[in-house]
Amino acid sequence: MKKYAATHEWVSVEGKTATVGISDHAQDHLGDIVYVDLPEVGKSLKKGDVFCTIESVKAASDIYAPISGKVIEVNEELDSSPEKINEDAEGSGWIAKIEMSNESELDSLMDLEAYKKHCEEEG
Amino acid sequence: MTVFDKSTEGRTGFFLPKEESYGYEPSDVLPENSVRKESPLLPQLSELQVMRHFTGLSEKNYSVDGGFYPLGSCTMKYNPRLNERIASLEGFSQIHPYQAEDTVQGALEVMYNLQNFLCEITGMDSFTLQPAAGAHGELVGMLLMKKYFELKGESNRKKVIVPDSAHGTNPASAVMAGFEVIEVPSNGNGRVDLRSLGEILDENIAGIMLTNPNTVGLFENEICEIQEMAHDKGALLYYDGANLNAIMGHARPGDMGFDIVHLNLHKTFSTPHGMGGPGSGPVGVKSILKDLLPVPVVRFDGSKFSLDYHLPNSIGKVRSFYGNFGVFLKAYAYILTLGGDGLKRASEMAVLNANYLRTRLSKLIPTAYPGLCMHEFVLKGSKLVSEYGVKTLDVAKRLLDYGIHPPTIYFPLIVDEALMVEPTETETKEALDNFADTFERILSEAKEDPNILKAAPQKTVVGRLDEATASRKPKTRWSKDT
Repeated sequence: MKKYAATHEWVSVEGKTATVGISDHAQDHLGDIVYVDLPEVGKSLKKGDVFCTIESVKAASDIYAPISGKVIEVNEELDSSPEKINEDAEGSGWIAKIEMSNESELDSLMDLEAYKKHCEEEG
Repeated sequence: MTVFDKSTEGRTGFFLPKEESYGYEPSDVLPENSVRKESPLLPQLSELQVMRHFTGLSEKNYSVDGGFYPLGSCTMKYNPRLNERIASLEGFSQIHPYQAEDTVQGALEVMYNLQNFLCEITGMDSFTLQPAAGAHGELVGMLLMKKYFELKGESNRKKVIVPDSAHGTNPASAVMAGFEVIEVPSNGNGRVDLRSLGEILDENIAGIMLTNPNTVGLFENEICEIQEMAHDKGALLYYDGANLNAIMGHARPGDMGFDIVHLNLHKTFSTPHGMGGPGSGPVGVKSILKDLLPVPVVRFDGSKFSLDYHLPNSIGKVRSFYGNFGVFLKAYAYILTLGGDGLKRASEMAVLNANYLRTRLSKLIPTAYPGLCMHEFVLKGSKLVSEYGVKTLDVAKRLLDYGIHPPTIYFPLIVDEALMVEPTETETKEALDNFADTFERILSEAKEDPNILKAAPQKTVVGRLDEATASRKPKTRWSKDT
């Protein structure tokens, strides 16, 4: 199951683990990404917390946790190859894996269709 | 070609005395780890080669003296040559910071008068000239805020509110001073959303940082309500002076209720800037904060000017010596040359020029927000992407081919594909028309053959730079092997 937050993060759920990253729409708007400040493994997050910062040639942007939980793994490849997010934002450009503490939060996120509409409205 | 690439073994521009003429070897007087085993790898050129190299570099530069420079938010106005002449007078340029006070009374008088001029222009009670640039002024302002609440026993105030349209330096300065930053969103008219502000304002807020007119070039017309809301909760109001050029002589931050103000002498008061300074970011405060200012403060007892280092509650020293004195002189000369009426007129012309350009350009690309602007305005370039497949970046690069410095792009962050134009008051109508005509030509190119824009610039010294690789894998040092 894949869901999107209004702040342009995606969540992909497998069991109790959620993989999170930024949407393809978001990477396109940020432009070439040059640095990713990854969260620490073991860090507890509340939904809406800033858990990562992404620097592109245009700006530094905060990335918000789309769900609450504990960071159990980060995509260390982004340290040396931040462009992975530009190349494959919703696949190999994932940012972190989070052990969810409140799965019901997923209900407040959007499916792809609703997210696309949200992006158009923001346009 | 770098100066290293032009080097020829054995060539030299001048001759150093031979080592033996000192009568000792370096190893006699220096610890072993400080003595070079081999000569440094310096470029070897004749004096004329060096002269041509650096003159050549300077000719590749672009400056306000050379052409139109509408870099939004940067106020790239002309820097009158009279300012330079004043600043290079021997009595100013040949004095030493350690000279006795009674031998530099004129220099101190300039600083004292400038402090007072800035108080009058901004409506504040006291000024420090120490901060070396705008962001340094912001940091000093935040440190003053912190100290104020510490002394008041309200150290619980650990948060500072910053609008989502703010310059990145605002949140950065607040964090540097130890505050946590909370962002307040803008409303549909590009101004601070008062309802959201009300929701986040409480007794833990130390202050609100605002730019007025704000970074989208609009006056925060609810500033009276904002100051009342802030002060009701005991918070202070901070004014980022980046955009003072729009209101100078017409409205004063002090009268709007601001408690702390920083100015950029290098923007509003016409001193050279860009590429790292030297700038000057004086900070003004209301009387409740005046004893906290950094030292030294310039005083006058009716007959003699002096430097006061004895402010028991001062936040301390923030800069070596007395700030960027050369910049004070130029700003002082500018203020005296224009006078009160002249400063007022400068603001009026800055706003008029911006609105003239806004009216012409908004027929081509929509502005981000409707209505009159102040000294600058923001265009929303997303139409270019959807209609012609070109980005704001491509338009900016194409402007270079026409010999024009592009406006600020992709700032503020809240406007998609933003283009921020600030013509300043020193441009003629012909220069503004030339810019608008060029812009129009570029948009027709975008329509006919977008590749022209995507391949730009073609006529510059270097083509489009790979900014992403430069950031990801920067090479900041020359080495023999590269």
